[in-house]
Amino acid sequence: MIGAGHRVAITGYGVVAPCGIGKDAYWEGLLGPGLTGTKSTAIDDWDPLPYFDNPKEARRADQVEQYALAAAAEAFAQAGDVKVDPARFGTIFATGIGGLHTLEEQVQVRLEKGERRVSPFLVPMMMANASGAAISMRYGLQGPNETICTACAAGTHALGYAARLIAWGRCDAVATGGSECAATATSLAGFGNMTALSSSGASMPFDAKRDGFVMGEGAAVFVLERYDLAVARGARIIGEIIGAASNADAHHITAPAPGGTGAIACMRLALEDAGLSPSDIALVNAHGTSTPLNDAAEAQAVSAVFGDNKVAVTSGKGVTGHALGAAGALEAAQVLLSMEHKLIPATAGTTELDPDLTIDLVMGTARSWTPGPAISNNFGFGGHNGSVVIAPGDS
Amino acid sequence: MSQENFDRFVKVASATLGVESDKVVREARFKEDLECDSLDMVTFVMDLEEEFGLSEIPTEEYEKLSTVGEAFDLIMAKL
Repeated sequence: MIGAGHRVAITGYGVVAPCGIGKDAYWEGLLGPGLTGTKSTAIDDWDPLPYFDNPKEARRADQVEQYALAAAAEAFAQAGDVKVDPARFGTIFATGIGGLHTLEEQVQVRLEKGERRVSPFLVPMMMANASGAAISMRYGLQGPNETICTACAAGTHALGYAARLIAWGRCDAVATGGSECAATATSLAGFGNMTALSSSGASMPFDAKRDGFVMGEGAAVFVLERYDLAVARGARIIGEIIGAASNADAHHITAPAPGGTGAIACMRLALEDAGLSPSDIALVNAHGTSTPLNDAAEAQAVSAVFGDNKVAVTSGKGVTGHALGAAGALEAAQVLLSMEHKLIPATAGTTELDPDLTIDLVMGTARSWTPGPAISNNFGFGGHNGSVVIAPGDS
Repeated sequence: MSQENFDRFVKVASATLGVESDKVVREARFKEDLECDSLDMVTFVMDLEEEFGLSEIPTEEYEKLSTVGEAFDLIMAKL
């Protein structure tokens, strides 16, 4: 990456998702069937207690923060003893929305019981930065602690910015990723009324019959370290963040720029940051939400950058649904798992590629590959675009 | 003091503050013994108001409370 020249290693990561809690279960889920007949997918039997000292501590955290701390526990356990000055260990975290369940519950409490019954924990539980704050406090990380809130691009932006803090030389390690838990009745009504949700209740990215996304939730957390320091302490290098980019469409609050022009520019900036040409990229982990507009614009952008049918493309959202601000983090975890298992999961739910799209979509069955640099895209309402380039680590 | 009222008080304390009932004794200090911070205290007072059917207790009346006994006496004085 551009900066002080430091390389950025990934030495630990953890995942919480409806299709599986923990990396191994998540991978099994990604290889399984897609979502059908639902407008949202949730972790129905979630138990936060293993991740907190006592039930009171768990109650003081919205579920979005509980997911973040659970994913962080797995990530930090894998990373092991990160030997850096706490003042140079940052937290750059993402969420699209924050503690929406808490806000919605407390609005109901106020309407039914009056202002006096509104919890004093409402504010620290609903604020978007609560998850990042909780991670920093739990692990004693005293470097920069900032939350990125760029809707569905937030997870990717967080990874990119976290890596850049290391590349620049400001931090020696950063905990990053994203968490989301926002499928409340009101938000589902809002997403539904804006016709973003699938009316058929199926997530089928890039399919001819795609009709919207299925709401997801979950979290993924990564421990990033200065590469040379990670090697020096004998850490296993799981992967490397070699480039990232962020830009804006400046076009429309929800619709992507026609032809995916913003996405094209973003992917090219990320490749330039990584010092790669399009032919070096072995995999595109697409934003691929299953909405008609996103998938058309993104496929056009991928074709413009890499050529027609030139690079393998997959989207995990057939299984995970769309976890908004956690999507980029969950998808970076997909990339790392694909590298580890030398297998690209099929785009679940998709059976008939939209004939207007000229992309090499992995569909039907998982595809074996020789891991190489992969680019992961995410785009957010507001015209936010993010791309991150991840290279394999130790094999 | 009424044992029945104290039992009700202990039940609220145990549920809201997440502590074992046998730790909720008159001498117990909220901060040091029950690990109760200022936001826990607000929630606790709110839950006591609901349990005992009291109107809002002003902040200045409960912010100086340091022990269970002081808090219980304040609630009893409001009944």
